[in-house]
Amino acid sequence: MARKLPATDVVIVGLGWTGSILAQELTEAGLNVVAIERGPWRDTATDFPPTYAQDELRYHIRHDLFLRPAQETMTFRHNTRQTALPIRTWGSFMPPNGVGGGGVHWNAETWRFLESDFVLKSHLTQRYGEKFLPDDMTIQDWGVTYADLEPYYDKFEHLCGTSGFAGNLKGTKRDGGNPFEGPRSRDYPTPPQKQPYGPTLWAKAAIDSGYKPFPQPSGNLSQAYTNSLGVTLGPCTYCGFCEWFGCGNYSKASPQTTILPVLVRRSNFQARTECVVQKINLDSARKRATGVTYVDTSGQEWEQPAELVLLCAFQLFNVHLLLLSGIGTPYDPGTGQGVIGRNYSYQTTSSVDAYFDNQNFNPFIASGAIGMCVDNFNGDNFDHAQLGFVGGGYIGAVQTNGRPILGTRVPKGTPKWGAAWKKAVADNYLSNYGTATHGSCYSYRDVFLDLDPTYTDAYGRKLLRITFDFHENELKMSAYLTDRLADIVQKMQPRSLEKHPRTGPYDITKYQTTHTCGGAVMGTDPKTSALNRYLQSWDVPNLFVTGATAFPQNAGYNPTGTVGALAYWAADAIRTRYLKSPGPLVPA
Amino acid sequence: MRRIAVAAVTLIVLAAGARPISVIARGSDPQDFTLIERGRYLATVGDCTACHTSAGGKPFAGGRPIETPFGDVLAANITPDRKTGIGGWDDDTFYNAMHEGFSDKPLYPAMPYPYYTKVTRADIKAIRAYLNTVEPVENPVRSDQLPFPFSVRASMRAWNALFFSKGEWKPDPGKSAEWNRGAYLVEGLGHCGACHTPKNVFGGDKTGRSLQGYVLQGWLAPDITGDPRTGIGGWSVDEIVEYLKTGANRFQTASGPMAEEIVDSTQHWTEQDLRAAAVYLKDQQAGSRQPEQPLQAADPVMQAGAAIYADQCAACHAMTGDGVARLFPTLKHSASVQSDDATSLLRVVLEGTRAVATDRAPTGPAMPAFGWKLSDSQIAAVLTYVRNTWGNAAAAVSASQVTTARKALADRSE
Repeated sequence: MARKLPATDVVIVGLGWTGSILAQELTEAGLNVVAIERGPWRDTATDFPPTYAQDELRYHIRHDLFLRPAQETMTFRHNTRQTALPIRTWGSFMPPNGVGGGGVHWNAETWRFLESDFVLKSHLTQRYGEKFLPDDMTIQDWGVTYADLEPYYDKFEHLCGTSGFAGNLKGTKRDGGNPFEGPRSRDYPTPPQKQPYGPTLWAKAAIDSGYKPFPQPSGNLSQAYTNSLGVTLGPCTYCGFCEWFGCGNYSKASPQTTILPVLVRRSNFQARTECVVQKINLDSARKRATGVTYVDTSGQEWEQPAELVLLCAFQLFNVHLLLLSGIGTPYDPGTGQGVIGRNYSYQTTSSVDAYFDNQNFNPFIASGAIGMCVDNFNGDNFDHAQLGFVGGGYIGAVQTNGRPILGTRVPKGTPKWGAAWKKAVADNYLSNYGTATHGSCYSYRDVFLDLDPTYTDAYGRKLLRITFDFHENELKMSAYLTDRLADIVQKMQPRSLEKHPRTGPYDITKYQTTHTCGGAVMGTDPKTSALNRYLQSWDVPNLFVTGATAFPQNAGYNPTGTVGALAYWAADAIRTRYLKSPGPLVPA
Repeated sequence: MRRIAVAAVTLIVLAAGARPISVIARGSDPQDFTLIERGRYLATVGDCTACHTSAGGKPFAGGRPIETPFGDVLAANITPDRKTGIGGWDDDTFYNAMHEGFSDKPLYPAMPYPYYTKVTRADIKAIRAYLNTVEPVENPVRSDQLPFPFSVRASMRAWNALFFSKGEWKPDPGKSAEWNRGAYLVEGLGHCGACHTPKNVFGGDKTGRSLQGYVLQGWLAPDITGDPRTGIGGWSVDEIVEYLKTGANRFQTASGPMAEEIVDSTQHWTEQDLRAAAVYLKDQQAGSRQPEQPLQAADPVMQAGAAIYADQCAACHAMTGDGVARLFPTLKHSASVQSDDATSLLRVVLEGTRAVATDRAPTGPAMPAFGWKLSDSQIAAVLTYVRNTWGNAAAAVSASQVTTARKALADRSE
């Protein structure tokens, strides 16, 4: 039996990037905010100090910072003809756990999506015609435009201190930046990170190929920065322990290094860690959220009443909680009706590895987001008319790490172990170079999330079920991008080169990215979206759902910049509009 | 339990209730809000709360143990409660307590009356007016817990005769008004010397060594004279003000007992008062010590220290020792790095420390502990290196010093 707690103004489920942003914005507005987080409190000096943060075995191999599947997992199948099985060891993606969420262990690649990405369906239809898109593709416009989001991208970047070089300042193109990006109202808060030898060489090859390479925008800072909230971040030390790791040097933008120091000083903020939200409670008419029910570590159930519920958990768990709470109509792939679970998407990555003689790339001089990229093959920056696919991604040389266990790339045909393997690692460690494409993943009628009919979690709740496979469009796109990347790498004159385009079927066991998206998407029509353009639930107006959950499909970029911008966009709508007149911000 | 240490016997406890309360509080007008507000500010400048409010306790209700070399003294209840606080005192009794260290009986100089004696009667009256307005809390505090012979309060008369000179601050006409205001604050209510001035074996201030640094509570309260090497002579007035106002400046972030002082007191001082204090501090003379000669970089200990520094320290403090402003303290030309006494250095390396967070500088970065990771000789080498590199010069730290510091920290009951 749940024990009822005193009511609060706002309850936030999940204290990662978006939960922290919303908590900051709404406590600043004077509201009492309670954040409920499944994982532990995490603090830089206590949990990942520089004295042991760079421990590949602990953090990467043994998943120290991540959720344990025994806490919560999901089942997976490729298509509706299969029976889904539970994921018992994380593979393709890594669900976060604890305060700071994925913001603790991301690579900090901080992108904006293209202007055309936000109006994807109408843009592609207008350019190529209705029939150009595959029949089962369910892409749609977001309901917000790049211009709407620009001030909020800017706000997130100036929270993080993002290092980069604007290629489009208020409509004026600047050499050295990304010529394809939407206009920025001002430059990045800090200059780009210093480029190591590999990206420099690659950028030269890209220029020789007629492209305009630019430094990847990085949340690992090129220099010390004091952000909009007065919190100071340090300069990146190029240690190359970003993704999978917490940064011990206060130099990677995370809730810990940008927001939490301010938030914990607010008397109207509370965080309850190691508490698992079971469901969002609704009133009898099921039109209003009354709060949430959660379970603490002793198994005690608590009800936290609230005027406003913000679902800020990891993308998959947002959808899980919506389904478990009976909010919105679950998606039915048979009829195409329903919205909760609809338009799940992912990311289509690929790589080109090159092996050189007489080169020394010093791969250990690294950061999760130092590299040079070109955007000529992202989104609809190139003509798809003759290509037989839509979508694209950035391609580039991003020197994320040279870590000792997994940073041991060897040429094809090398034995997997033994003396020959050791020799190959030693011969190639400094002189091989990995480059990558980061492609879009559009949404399809038969790719979705729902509740598993068979398997339950530790609390007896049905597990979330993922039904996903790459579609022909994405695989063609990946092959094309990989070839374009290989063309550039070839100009670096390697001894040998290996192309690894994404191929089907999707492998849930091999890490690709943690960019799972969609499932409760934003849009203009309640029939095809769970949320309106302010991330407000169409069905329960005092519920907002943040994160990549709201992406109708995924673009060819890392999502966090857009996740941050959408969180600020929603926060602004709540502060300036919803609080004045609680109710639907868009008529359904 | 939250504890606070105070230099030697430099704190006294106001022991109320030792005689029947017969005096009816005569005092200032309880509607004189200007006076009360001034008193609130002055009580903050004096940081009364540091000792008189215990962790989780009601403001000024006392009970916090004050650590002295002679034993713990519990701070008194100074709320207006008539039975267990000071509600029964008249203004004169309060003035005498502050000015002479005597209320109805001698106070222990754990209460810094040797400093408060310099405060004007008008200011003390204002503080009293403010204390009259705080919530009366019934909280009996038995402050006399010192062992014999210190349990005999009359012994304080002898102590006073030796180490206490009564009297309000007399302005120096040869100095500016700002300097004089600073002197009044530093030497009086601010009682900076209570921690920062070296003490003799009886806990009295060492004459002629004012503000030159003293070890207490397992920390070095550093030299805060104008000495450019060991003091704050290298800091501008603005930088001192920033440090006291926010807890951080381009050189340092505050931690340890100073962090608490900044949170409770100096961040609330007016800019003017902080500037005055800074002007006065910068004008204080350092001791006439011979400048140290730096150890040679070729020294094997220095070479070992350089290697350890590069591996363990440089990621934050930089190879140049410059650190990062308001985040990682600069080690180059740093007074605390070059101080004769390495207590704080040893402590932060062994145990780590967290810098203070304030509204103006909310980051609150922390240094992790290295005690589990580095041996005594490694810590000695790296500290010797940072004390003798980038123009720094200070005595080498020995492995046995590290061993002693480890043991002392392990024995502390914080």
